Amino acid sequence: MIKLEGVSKTYGAGPTAVHALKNIDLEVPKGAIHGVIGLSGAGKSTLIRCVNLLERPTEGHVIVDGQDLTQQDSEALRQSRHQLGMIFQHFNLLASRTVFDNVALPLELMGVSKGEIRERVGPLLDLTGLTDKATQYPAQLSGGQKQRVAIARALASRPKVLLCDEATSALDPQTTASILELLQDINRKLGLTILLITHEMEVVKSICHRVGLISDGELVEEADVGDFFTAPATRLGRDFLNAFLELEPPQALVERLEEAPGEHTHPVVRLAFSGANVATPLISRLARDSGVDVSILQAKVESIQGRTLGLMIAELIGTPETTSQALSQLESHDINVEVLGHVQRNA
Amino acid sequence: MSSAMLELILEATFDTLYMVALSGAVSAVIGIPLGVLLYVTRPGQILAQPVAQRVLGIVTNIGRSIPFIILMVAIIPFTRLVVGSSIGTNAAIVPLIIAAIPFVARLVEGALNEIPPGLIEAAQAMGATPLQIITKVLLPEAKGGIINGLTITVVTLVSYSAMAGAVGGGGLGDLGIRYGYNRFEPLIMLITVAILVVMVQGFQSLGDRLVRKADHK
Repeated sequence: MIKLEGVSKTYGAGPTAVHALKNIDLEVPKGAIHGVIGLSGAGKSTLIRCVNLLERPTEGHVIVDGQDLTQQDSEALRQSRHQLGMIFQHFNLLASRTVFDNVALPLELMGVSKGEIRERVGPLLDLTGLTDKATQYPAQLSGGQKQRVAIARALASRPKVLLCDEATSALDPQTTASILELLQDINRKLGLTILLITHEMEVVKSICHRVGLISDGELVEEADVGDFFTAPATRLGRDFLNAFLELEPPQALVERLEEAPGEHTHPVVRLAFSGANVATPLISRLARDSGVDVSILQAKVESIQGRTLGLMIAELIGTPETTSQALSQLESHDINVEVLGHVQRNA
Repeated sequence: MSSAMLELILEATFDTLYMVALSGAVSAVIGIPLGVLLYVTRPGQILAQPVAQRVLGIVTNIGRSIPFIILMVAIIPFTRLVVGSSIGTNAAIVPLIIAAIPFVARLVEGALNEIPPGLIEAAQAMGATPLQIITKVLLPEAKGGIINGLTITVVTLVSYSAMAGAVGGGGLGDLGIRYGYNRFEPLIMLITVAILVVMVQGFQSLGDRLVRKADHK
């Protein structure tokens, strides 16, 4: 449904040029919820603005529903934009219009008749739970209600794609959850393809099917959400995940961590289990079979879109032979093992 | 006070109102589009025309920097061309309009400047044309600010019109100078000033009320 091919965006020229996006390839299939996560300034906003050409890419193609938007003239592009709803971090509602009239705006712009506008706005207010707010002005609404108005407005032109630009970043956790639920609901009911950018792992975890990780204008990693949460492929991915799960080894241990194994060191590992493994008594079995002792430093079980995910930071105490045997035993059970470092055993 | 005097005061009040109303209306009709133009042609804006914008901005600034009393005298030939005379109430309206247009334009531009850029972006994302952005987003969203600007303009026009009176334009300023100052009739001076004060208060509170009605912030 959405396809970015070699999209680059450069601001300025010469030595002072800023490369906001570098050769991005991205494909979002119809009906998917695709998240792009990254730190501030990584290029997320530029990326999503390139999809509806609010920012024109310096290079590359943006193809939505088979149409190459970068090749369209301004009139055709305006027509195409009716297929692309967009919601924003700060809602961007017109303060001078009531809730009803805000939702009606895209229809007015398309030249839809007054009668048809009345018929079409009502169900959208129903869908977003705003029926009793129709005559109120945005200033009278809470942040969550404003975002609901923005969602209803974005859906008014019956788009095929919804672009969400940090749509929940200005909302409290509870409101965030209800907005995410609404987005998921819309995705299921209307089969709408959703591309969202965020810096919140919570958003990715709750509703995304696939996730891309953007860093310094490059898409460095892309995976199904379940895989990303079990085994992020990049350092940045792991940082995001660890910060989200609050699963960092204790500070005192980090200070003693050495990169290379020494004569009397033990590996500290981060283990990620998923699916059936979570329910299996792997650790006690490991201790019995390989003869290593397992000292659990931190552990957590998370549920990510119906998949259970177990995470653990543990120190494996044994001889170099037994610990390496233990590690391969873990890996053979499809457990993602990451050796964080090695510590000297305290006497 | 004689009834002739009263009549004179009444007539001067109407002259002032006439000058202010007509010059205010005409300068709004020309100044609002000009202000919109100044805004939408800025670099990065929906109808960016950086060079034309610069030129327009400079012309507007020149218009605003000429002292009204000088402008009034300087454009006498033009005034004569437009209304056929360089004295009288109608003749005073021409320089009032010329002076108020750039004033309105800058105030409108300032009001548009207060609109969060995200709103324009949202409208673009909806596939709005530049004209639709102007009529459906910019003008309605800036309505309160524009009314506020027009109120300031009208109040300024009241005092400018008093100056116009000094060169034979009629109105309350003219009356105050001729009777109050030249003929040493402090009462007349006091009355004309009092009427001007009431007038300004009236315009201001009317404007404030309209702004409150327009704003849903």
